[in-house]
Amino acid sequence: MNGLVVSGFSVDHGAIRAIDSLSFTVTAGQLAAVIGANGSGKTTLLRSLSGLKAPTTGQATWQGISLLGKKPEELARQGVLHVSDGKSVIPELTVKENLALGGIWRRDKKDVAAATAEVIDLFPRLGERMSQSADTLSGGERQMLAIGRALVSRPKLLLLDEPSLGLAPLVIEQIFQTINDLRHKLGLTVVIVEQNAMSALRIADIGVIMNLGKLVAEGRAKDLMNDPALRAAYLGY
Amino acid sequence: MDQLISAILIGLSQGAIYSLMALALVLVFRSTRVINFAQAGQAVVSTYIGWEVVTRTGNYWLALPIAAIAGAIVGAAVESFLMRPLSKRASKGAIAPVASVILTLGLLGVLHSGAAIIWKGDQKLLESPVSAMGITVGETVYPFSQTDFLIIGTALLVMLTFSFIFQKTNLGLALRASAFQPEIARLSGVRVDRIRAIGWAFAGAAGAIAGVLVTPGSALSPNSLDLLLVFGFVAAVIGGLESLIGAALGGILLGLTLSFVGLYIGTSLTFVVPFVILILVLLIKPSGLIGGRKSRNA
Repeated sequence: MNGLVVSGFSVDHGAIRAIDSLSFTVTAGQLAAVIGANGSGKTTLLRSLSGLKAPTTGQATWQGISLLGKKPEELARQGVLHVSDGKSVIPELTVKENLALGGIWRRDKKDVAAATAEVIDLFPRLGERMSQSADTLSGGERQMLAIGRALVSRPKLLLLDEPSLGLAPLVIEQIFQTINDLRHKLGLTVVIVEQNAMSALRIADIGVIMNLGKLVAEGRAKDLMNDPALRAAYLGY
Repeated sequence: MDQLISAILIGLSQGAIYSLMALALVLVFRSTRVINFAQAGQAVVSTYIGWEVVTRTGNYWLALPIAAIAGAIVGAAVESFLMRPLSKRASKGAIAPVASVILTLGLLGVLHSGAAIIWKGDQKLLESPVSAMGITVGETVYPFSQTDFLIIGTALLVMLTFSFIFQKTNLGLALRASAFQPEIARLSGVRVDRIRAIGWAFAGAAGAIAGVLVTPGSALSPNSLDLLLVFGFVAAVIGGLESLIGAALGGILLGLTLSFVGLYIGTSLTFVVPFVILILVLLIKPSGLIGGRKSRNA
């Protein structure tokens, strides 16, 4: 099966079941928005898909190969890049070093240089701040840096945890627009986990709505946005 | 004036050794949050290996790198075969936050007694390859020797090498990233476990070099580097425990202080002064005199 297939997926935090037999499919090249309030298990889902946490039961495959039982660094090297919540950058390092981190293990140094140049082209503000330490960046710039670092690794499956967290509305729109452009340009498969349902569903092909660890609805993003019951109960607008 | 220059040079030479030991402790602490008491044991075993080389070949210059390599191997092995499994097994309960420190204390005992079994408890001499006699200029004999210059030069070389590796190479970037934010480093594709073992290897090498440099001034026995470990801790704490530059400067500061105290006040105080400094720094500025958040950059 092509793409990302999650089936019968359950994850426990000690005695608490964070995700309860979740199943959904994202076809390769699609963008999926996983929507849910705080505590719905969205972040846990991404952490389990990227190897940071082991699920209790269930399967998760990417292009037919299991994601489970692998270390995050090995998954990253295979193109599964998780940009963890908010501003996943290393504040003690410079912008340049943060970007370099995504490519130091790659053999093809020419392509690392090319990918880095593309990121700077995409986010000129990062280019202007290459030698600054990352903790001097604004929230939006940090998000750009985190995504940029993942791009230097030449991702195939991009897992984004709340890219809108703590950002101003205008910046959120920019970030989502960029993500949408990128995935069309690079043919990326993207899973965005978001509380900001509107912005995420607007660019998504499919939507997955979660509540307290369980799947509430899954379908085409457009259909979910237009469903009055879902809108009232889970989408908050 | 002559006395002042002597005090400074001796302070620098002793301080350089403390700096190396402090570097070893800081490298381990900032990458794995472990206070490594076994560092004295690792260093003494490495120094014995250096002593074996000198005894068999008569070549101190060969002993120095071989002891450093031995120290690196021991360091990487301690991280890979003891600390890493420990962090997985003892991750819960009351023992979790202290398990690693207790393990390093246990390991220190094992290395001490292991060294005593293999090399016996008697004192072994490790001769300096250059003169340890005071340098004579005109009619004045200064209390510092060529050995002191050897120590300062070697320590400087080690520090410059470390600084180059950490600031200018991909390995250094991976070492810093793994120390600062291991999870983000992993998610970026850095093999953090392997990088940590390399960090411990660098620490082991620095401790071994400190051991081989300090031993000609006294003698080698299973416990002979314990005081150096303590002085290394004081230097590391002065430097804020997380900064490599802080560790280097902390060592030099401690060396100079002890040298001045010894020269102008009396040598009877040199054993109490480091501990007083340690307590004062912890009480007044626990983040270190040179430390602080910014220091993690270096």
